[in-house]
Amino acid sequence: MSNDAMPAQVANVQDAIVEPDSQTDSPREQIAPRASAPEAPVSDPAMPTASAARQGLSVTLEKLRAFYGSAEQVKGIDLEFRANEVTAIIGPSGCGKSTMVRCINRMHEEIPGAHAEGRVLLDDDDVYGDGVDVVAVRRAIGMVFQKPNPFPTMSVFDNVAAGLRLSASGRGGRGKADLHAKVEAALRDAGLWDEVADRLAEPGAGLSGGQQQRLCIARSLAVEPEVILMDEPCSALDPIATLKIEELIAELKQRVTIVIVTHNMQQAARVADRTAFMLSGELVEVGPTQDIFTNPHDPRTEEYVTGKFG
Amino acid sequence: MSAQAPTSPQFARFAVSPARRRKDRLARGLITAGTAIALVPLILVVYYLLKKGLGSWSWSFFSTDPTGNTFFKTSSIGGIKSAILGTVEIVALGSAIAIPIGIGVAIWLVEYGRQSWFAQLVRFFVDVLTGVPSIVFGLFIYIVLVVGTGSSYAGYKGSLALSLLMLPVVIRSAEVILLLIPGSLRESALALGAPRWKVIFRIVLPTALPGMVTGILLAIARAAGETAPLLFTAATTRNTDFNLGHFMNSLPVQIYNDVTSPTTSVVNRAWGAALTLVVMILLLNLIARLVSRRSRLT
Amino acid sequence: MPSGERSTLERSPLARLPDRTLKYGLTLLAGLILALIVYFFIRLVDEARPAFAHAGVFGFTFNNDWNVSGNKFGALPLVLGTLITAALALLIGVPVAVATALYANELCPLRLRGLLTVLVELLAAVPSVVYGLWGIFFLAPKLQGAEQWVADRLSFIPFIGGGTVTIPNYFVAGLILAIMILPIVSAIAREVMATVPADHKEAALGLGATRWEMIRTAVLPYCRAGIVGGAMLGLGRAIGETIAVTIVIGDAPQLGKHLFGQGYSLAAVIANEFGEATGLHRSALFAAGLVLFVLTLLVNGLARVLVSRASRTRGTSARPRAASETQPIAEAVVGA
Repeated sequence: MSNDAMPAQVANVQDAIVEPDSQTDSPREQIAPRASAPEAPVSDPAMPTASAARQGLSVTLEKLRAFYGSAEQVKGIDLEFRANEVTAIIGPSGCGKSTMVRCINRMHEEIPGAHAEGRVLLDDDDVYGDGVDVVAVRRAIGMVFQKPNPFPTMSVFDNVAAGLRLSASGRGGRGKADLHAKVEAALRDAGLWDEVADRLAEPGAGLSGGQQQRLCIARSLAVEPEVILMDEPCSALDPIATLKIEELIAELKQRVTIVIVTHNMQQAARVADRTAFMLSGELVEVGPTQDIFTNPHDPRTEEYVTGKFG
Repeated sequence: MSAQAPTSPQFARFAVSPARRRKDRLARGLITAGTAIALVPLILVVYYLLKKGLGSWSWSFFSTDPTGNTFFKTSSIGGIKSAILGTVEIVALGSAIAIPIGIGVAIWLVEYGRQSWFAQLVRFFVDVLTGVPSIVFGLFIYIVLVVGTGSSYAGYKGSLALSLLMLPVVIRSAEVILLLIPGSLRESALALGAPRWKVIFRIVLPTALPGMVTGILLAIARAAGETAPLLFTAATTRNTDFNLGHFMNSLPVQIYNDVTSPTTSVVNRAWGAALTLVVMILLLNLIARLVSRRSRLT
Repeated sequence: MPSGERSTLERSPLARLPDRTLKYGLTLLAGLILALIVYFFIRLVDEARPAFAHAGVFGFTFNNDWNVSGNKFGALPLVLGTLITAALALLIGVPVAVATALYANELCPLRLRGLLTVLVELLAAVPSVVYGLWGIFFLAPKLQGAEQWVADRLSFIPFIGGGTVTIPNYFVAGLILAIMILPIVSAIAREVMATVPADHKEAALGLGATRWEMIRTAVLPYCRAGIVGGAMLGLGRAIGETIAVTIVIGDAPQLGKHLFGQGYSLAAVIANEFGEATGLHRSALFAAGLVLFVLTLLVNGLARVLVSRASRTRGTSARPRAASETQPIAEAVVGA
């Protein structure tokens, strides 16, 4: 099955052309944006949301191992993150959750001396395959970090636009209006637009902690990834900001696949469809969140979720 | 403040003995005196510079070239025009060479070389270069570019000697600033799918810029005051000559040559030139300080 | 622009080009600079070799006879001159610098601290040649009377006493050097003192110590290695300083008979004689430059070892945190 390349002006929901679900595309073909035909767009159709035309992809880890030098931190993991679902990774400190997640968008290897083995399949493509370029991987798989880190020299607008400008391939003229539309769309998707619409030129670092983190989410959304990895995104935020972001996650999963690392089990219970429990670099158990917390199979899982250790 | 001896008897045993108090007072007096001593030369230098230098300042002082005349009356010794212009030109060229190269090496050290053996080697040799006495840079350029090519002194050769002097300074200070940039900044840019060169040029460098500018300005200020590297490279000349391929005058060399003159008016010209040079350097230092205050990294 | 359009996780080779170019270009640059520096030293040694061959390395360095017309080049008077002036600079400069740092950190009212720091750093902004000018026309004449008095009173001490005072002399050179190294030694001392943990100081004060006793027990011992390191860096600077010394030390090719008489130093001899030197003479001057450089290298290396060993035993990073934002840069500029 093949898809035609989309014309350039497809940013608006009204103009979105409904395409058949193309998750079984052969890897060699151009993958076009898809409209979520069965699901109604969450926001008012009159407002531009570029991402309503997209869906997430699944990510599958096969025998993933991660090393710092010769020390093995992640010891062979097979795990699937289903498309358009939120999967939470829980486990005690030092169990390798963050390391594993950073292997997915190949940030792990940015650390000197660190490397990974195994396969990470984005849909059907191995991100560690030969000839694969890490830069392209990271455009498809975005990341939100623990500590909000908007670029300090940039305004709110420029922060969100940064992803687009930094990863611009130079092909296809990107008009100013187009850029504005994308920035606004991303900010709306991140639930931040109403709060910053009149402050777009102010420094990004001037926002509150929760707003900064949503700004970072908007920044990641602007490049329209298929997957977003979140590494303890709320651990530096107050409860109200945390709540807002958890609500956001529930909305976003319609458009992207979300993997969230968290040491807060209640958070996992609140936002995740599926939960994976890791211990000492290994995957102990994975399953629907309800099951993991109320009826775990592995005794270690039960000990952890009941708080016997942590 | 050391404890004052309280009057009530029950605290008598807490009182500080007079001997201790004397020692304390003596020590503090010495420390204060030492600080005052440190400031004395500063005051004297500034005072003397102003006193002798301002007297020479005049419009014609800045707009006339020095004459080679060292034995006749004041009015025929000229001013320092060629020296000022020469310093500006030579230092500008030297900076134009040292700054891009220095920043480039610093970027390589921080972003690519990191802790590899090769990077450590480069760091070591750059460090070693900082200890070279400034006159030796001039000797090197002299040997390679004057004797070696059989050509004569030239302004640009002085610039090259100065750029050798500035290079380790620029590399060091740029590296310090680049290292101060938090890794999370680079990370978030990389995670957005930015190629490395864009991370460096669009994110890292703009953030590092104010700090680097400070370091650069200080390096330029130092180079502007150097005499020894210019003695055997740019040498000196009297007339204003914008051509960097010829002999070129400069403020430090002009002063150095005038110092040994027996004629008072020539020495006064040296004072005027010295004041000019110090003012230029202070301006650069002031701008550097202002820029660093606006830096977001510290 | 269609969203999500990408080929299978690959980028065109053209898009990868800037990254590759930057990486290899910068690596090449670093390599070239390394090669340049190495060539620099090789060339220097090359130029100096004839002089060393003529009298041997030790012969050159330790022969007490610098006689240009006689084609004899023993650099001992020069080496000693360099060392004497540098030692003087340390003797006078370090205590004053430490006092200044102590005052700024411990005794100075808070509002004045910034001003004091700026003033001391201002000393570093004055170029070498201006110090020479000021030294020869102001300082040396003003001190002549006092120097003569000291020379007469202490005539029983060899080298210091006896003899007549000349205007260029060792002492003035040492004094000027002391002024020139003041900013760097004071800056490092201040930086080290600022890292003394507040609880050490509070513990001393809490025991009822006077201010001086607190300084003596909590601050100075903690900072000792750092201060010594700073002093050594100042020493390195003093050794290499050329122009100011050239102007105020004179040009006596023999070892000066006394402190207040004319002398010479390695840097000064190069500045004075290089213009007309040829052949063996020129080679000897290069050799002098090399000796000068090696001295600086040893001193600076020792300084670094001391400073890093001191902070390592405390488990802090090798570079204490800057006391001011321009600190690391200023240090780099001044050649720390």
